[in-house]
Order: sequence, then C-alpha cells, then structure tokens
Amino acid sequence: MTAALRFDPIRLPSECEQLRKEVRAFLAEEIAAGTFDPHKPNREDTDVPEFSRKVGARGWLGMTWPKKYGGHERSFLERYVVTEEMRVANAPTRRFFVADRQSGPVLLKYAPEHIKMEILPRICRGEICFAIGMSEPNSGSDLFAAKTRATKTDGGYLINGTKIWTSSAHIADYMIAIFRTSPPTKENRRHGLTQFLVKMKQPGIQVNPIGQITGQYEFNEVVFTDHFIPDDHVLGEIDGAWKQATSELAYERSGPERFLETYYVLTELVRAVGNNPDTRSAEGIGRLVAQVHTMRRMSVSVAGMLQAGKEPVVEASIVKDIGTIWEQQLPHRVRELAAFVEETATNRETLEKQLDFAIKTAPKLTIQGGTTEVLRGIIARGLGLR
Amino acid sequence: MAESENIVAETAEKIFADLADAQTINRDQKGEWKAPLWQALSDAGLPLSWVPENCGGSGASLAEGFSVLSAAGRFAVAVPLAETMLAGWLLAQAKITSPGGEMTVVPASPKDRITVNADGSLSGRARGVPFAKVAKHFAVLASNAKGDFAVALVDGGKCRIETGLNLGGDPSDVVTLDKVQPVTIKPAPTGFDQARLMLMGGVARSLQIAGALESMLDISVRYSNERVAFEKKISKFQAVQHNLARLAGESAAALAAATSAADAIANATSFNDEVFLEAVAAKIRCAEAAEKGGGIAHQVHGAIGFTIEHILHRYSLRALAWRDDFGSESFWAVELGKLVARRGADELWPLVASR
Repeated sequence: MTAALRFDPIRLPSECEQLRKEVRAFLAEEIAAGTFDPHKPNREDTDVPEFSRKVGARGWLGMTWPKKYGGHERSFLERYVVTEEMRVANAPTRRFFVADRQSGPVLLKYAPEHIKMEILPRICRGEICFAIGMSEPNSGSDLFAAKTRATKTDGGYLINGTKIWTSSAHIADYMIAIFRTSPPTKENRRHGLTQFLVKMKQPGIQVNPIGQITGQYEFNEVVFTDHFIPDDHVLGEIDGAWKQATSELAYERSGPERFLETYYVLTELVRAVGNNPDTRSAEGIGRLVAQVHTMRRMSVSVAGMLQAGKEPVVEASIVKDIGTIWEQQLPHRVRELAAFVEETATNRETLEKQLDFAIKTAPKLTIQGGTTEVLRGIIARGLGLR
Repeated sequence: MAESENIVAETAEKIFADLADAQTINRDQKGEWKAPLWQALSDAGLPLSWVPENCGGSGASLAEGFSVLSAAGRFAVAVPLAETMLAGWLLAQAKITSPGGEMTVVPASPKDRITVNADGSLSGRARGVPFAKVAKHFAVLASNAKGDFAVALVDGGKCRIETGLNLGGDPSDVVTLDKVQPVTIKPAPTGFDQARLMLMGGVARSLQIAGALESMLDISVRYSNERVAFEKKISKFQAVQHNLARLAGESAAALAAATSAADAIANATSFNDEVFLEAVAAKIRCAEAAEKGGGIAHQVHGAIGFTIEHILHRYSLRALAWRDDFGSESFWAVELGKLVARRGADELWPLVASR
C-alpha cells in the first residue's frame, strides 16, 4: 500500500469518563450562575478572566505538563475530554485556550528554565493570555514571506514591522512570534526565521483592532517600532524557527476544536424539530450526526496516537481538512432543514440567531490554523506525491 | 489489533494476493479464478470464521472476522465470503450448525419480511439478496404473527430465484419463499431482531467499502506517479494532488467509521443506542465516501479508468453497489434521525461522546 493510513478505534479510558462528568457539572454550575450562555455563541464577552482562573483552579490547564511548572501530568486524552466539553458548551475559553494548546508546549520545549518557571505556572492558573504572531501583511499562510525584522543589539533584539490577523493580541500578555533574523538563503527558503517570546503592553508595540464580519473583535494588527526583546526571550535556534513551528502542528490540527466550532446549530435544530420529526428532517439530522460521529472517531484516534508518542502528521492534517470543511458546511445544511421547523417551536428564534452567526463564522474556519490548500499540500506530501 | 487477529487477517490477505489479483481476475472473463479461490478460503476455514468450532466453524472472534472483511474489501473479491460469514454468524445465534459451501442471508433489506407460517414453513420475498444464485444454503431470519424471530437454515434449491446483477456485476437476486420447509428452524435469542441482522450486514459492507477505498487511493496515487501529461507526471500538478488529498480524506473517514463500528460490535455487551450509532453512522459515512472517493479515483485515472480492461471499476463499482445492501444510507439516516429526536437535543452530545 502506498498510503497506509491508520485510524485505530481508540476508546477513552474510564478516568476520562469520570473527568467528563466533573467538567459537565462545573460548566452547568457556571451556566446557572450566569457566567456565560451556551445558546448564545455570538456574545461580545468571549474573554472572561474570572472563568479562566476557575478552570485553572480545577486543574484543567497545562494538564499534560510537568508538575514542577504547575502542570498536572495527566494524559493527552484527558485534556481532549476537557477541550471537547468546553467547546460543545460554548464556554468562554478565549483567554486561556491558545496558551494551553500551543504557547505552553512551545515554551516547555524551547524556553530557558527561569522563563518556564516564571510563566508556565501562571498559564496553569489561568492568569495570562497568549497570542501567536505568524501572519504578516501579504504573507498569511506563506510563512517564508515574513519580513518583520529582529535586529541584534546590545543584550537582545530590536523588532520592526507588522504582524496581522493576530487573534487576542488586544488582551494578550504575551505573544510567541516569528521574526526575520537573517535573509533566506538560495538553498533554503526556510532559513532565517527565529521564534521569540514577546512581552505585550511594552514600549514599541501598538495593537490596532480589526473588526470581523461577525461583528466581533478578535483580530488585530500589531505594529512593532524599535521594540526591545532581551536575549533570553529567544525560543530555540536562531534562524531555525521553521522546523520548530511545523513540528507541533499535529496538536493544533486534530483536536475537537477543529470540527465542533459550529456544532451548537445541530443541537438547536434537534431541539426545534421535536421528538417526532418528519422524514426529511429525520434523514437530514441522521446524516449530520453520522458525520460528526465519524469526525470525532477520527479526532479521538489521532489523540490516541499522540498519547502513544507517534507523529501522525498526515492523519492530523486530514482531520483538520475534512473537520473544518464539515464545520463550515454544517450551518448551511442546518439552514436547509430549518425551513421545515414549525413556527411554534419554542427555540425557533434562538436557532435563527445561531444560524445567522454560524453562517457568518463559517468562511474563516478553513483559513485559520493552515488553509485547506496548505493542508492538502501536506497530505499530498504524505502520499508521496511531492 | 491483537496478534491473533493479525494471523487470521494475514491468512486472508495472503490468499487474496495469491489467487484474487485484480489484474488476473479482470482478464479471466470466464470466472475460472473463482473455484480455486473459494477452495483456498474454505481450506483456511475463513467462510465459517464466525461459527463456533462445535457448530462446524473455525471459531474466530468477531474482531478477527471483521479484519478478514477489511482484507476482502481491499481486494474487492467477488465471491460470497462476507455473505457466508454473515450466514454462519446468523445460524450460530440460534445454535444451528453451518453446512459447508456458499451461503447467504435472507432478507438483505430492512423493508423485506419473511414470515413463519403456522405449519413451520416460511413465506416471503426478499430483494437484492447477494449471491443467492450461487448459494447452496440460505440463513433466513423470519418472524411469526406474534413478532417472535426465528433463524432457519434453508436449502437454496427450494426457493424461487430471479437472478439479477448489482452495479459491480455481482449476483443480486430476488428470493421468493413459498411455504418452504426449512432444514432446521430455531428461535432467535431474546432481543434479536431484523435490525440486528441488517446492522451486522451493514458493518460488513462498511468494512468492505473502506477496504475498496484504500485500494482506490493506492492505485490512484500509483497511477498519478506514472502517467505523464503536459510533459510532467500528473502527480506534480497541484490540482491532482489536492484531489488525491481529498480521496485520502474520504478513505480515512470510511476506514475510521467502519473500524470503529466493527470494534463497537465486537466488544458490545448489549445492543444499545451507542452501538446503533456506530453501526449506522459507518454505513452512512462509508456510502458517502464511496460516492465522493470513487468519483475522484475515476477523475485521476481519466478515460483509461472507465474501460473494462482497467481494474479500477472492480473497486469503484462494488463500493457503490455495497451501499444498497442491508439498508442504504438514506434509510439508516432516517432511523438515526428518529433516534436522536426521540432522545432529545440535550442527549445528542452525550450519545456522540459516549466512548
């Protein structure tokens, strides 16, 4: 066989089911207390610092990290369960999600010890927020085209240039960003990029919000003017960020957040059709549930491979590719079925509002975290075509 | 996968590789490959994988049998292996000993009914029964007026067969039982109903479809690395690469859904809503993958893949045909939708996240 894809039927161990109960109970309490409304995904207040601290206090941040950095040394599958329950409940995870999924693991691998000791426990307590500085004006998925310069100076680097589409930069305490430390070489286009830990809210950094078509403000433009970064904030190898940035993408690409972003419209449709649906609605719901079930089986399977220490790069890319297309199509398919919902359905207005928001959200899903085109290139490489 | 599963699957895989090479089969218009293949499969005990040793079978586990079906799908074999395995499994549910030779199951559609008459004979009509024409015996699931299910072993020669062919060119026949006296008839175990048989058959077909897609991906990738157009291998064109990446996605989804469903059934202690979701979702998703994935495989191959000489149709047409057996994806989607609606909105996620 040319491409031996594997998706073993991983089952979540019993400790995960116990944990799932705890997370559901916690979320139910928070919903009852009015911290957030699970039926209202288009709220303005996606950043809720108090919620973040409570999640940290429960031990659900940095779950897989070493205890000496505030982590909990639990399994990747346990973290998976927490992530999917938060996502399905539409919990306000904005403040901690990026740090927990990506920034923390990067620091664990590449930061000097004193920085790990200083920052990682604060992530685990849910106190601080991270942004990721990759895209630049006119670069986007083409990371090689990044131009923002880091110029060597006494004791550190001076940063000049602009990052863009930076989610959460306006609330972030830190950003992990790549900057150009030397030009690419003829032999290696990937050469010359370095990863840095940037402390936000410092001189030389200006954050300009960019509104989205959903009406929300998540994106930002971040302008650096002679911003100083000390030497010990370099993460990993000078000029060698390309490999670092790509090696951990399996974690970013296969998680439950990659197929559940618009899931809420399906739940609300089921509520709207009631217990005794007509044939068309029943078939439509059945097909959608079969899809989400399959996506989840694939995603859990990749989580199991990661837990077993494997590097399922192709499998993870496939999950992201078909997962984001699925969550992009879902609101449109639900909209078709919503035409048959009775006028008297009590949640009709909620469903309509959700659809409005989900349909507006959909276009970004195949762009964030690696565009569909880039992912298909990675899959093609895995198939031996490139 | 446990080591013992590998041994059974490896045996099947080796027999298929030796005796069911797609190229050889495609060239042999008279079907002379069938007898030696069936003989080898029978010698290895594979058709009766799911029959306990005390009922004349080889007593393999459900999981081992499912891995044989995956292998059969990868070779898109057109002998009644899956059908005989299912028939043996159904007979074993009622502790009926399986005879040797080819078998199939009746009915093969959730809409067809076979009834047990007061005198113990069987009546009814079943459409789309795979390989009925070549099967010596049928394993029949029938119900009486009270709705109690029974399993019967029936001599195929006593039934009326109207022959037909499915999309892949394999026998798909109408079987009519007109007061046929079975060889043996015994009550089905408590709770065993037609849905159970259909879902078991559906999972078997899901594994076969997933296997066929794996092979379609394999031969499509290989072809794209050989075929030159516009002075380049077509695998170097980004559009072709992206199509193959999508095919890999469909293949992966089918594989994940089918193997998960097989695992769920193999380890089920009861046939609950979670097992139902696994089985039905596999049939729905694999059927969709057969359509989308098969379409891409043909697109990559161009005109050559549309010819009878090429092996692609052996996989693509069978995968499309298997969608219809034991309940199509539309049929099961309605059933799944009803189940989800009955449980209610707040019980959907707990169902999906139950394992």
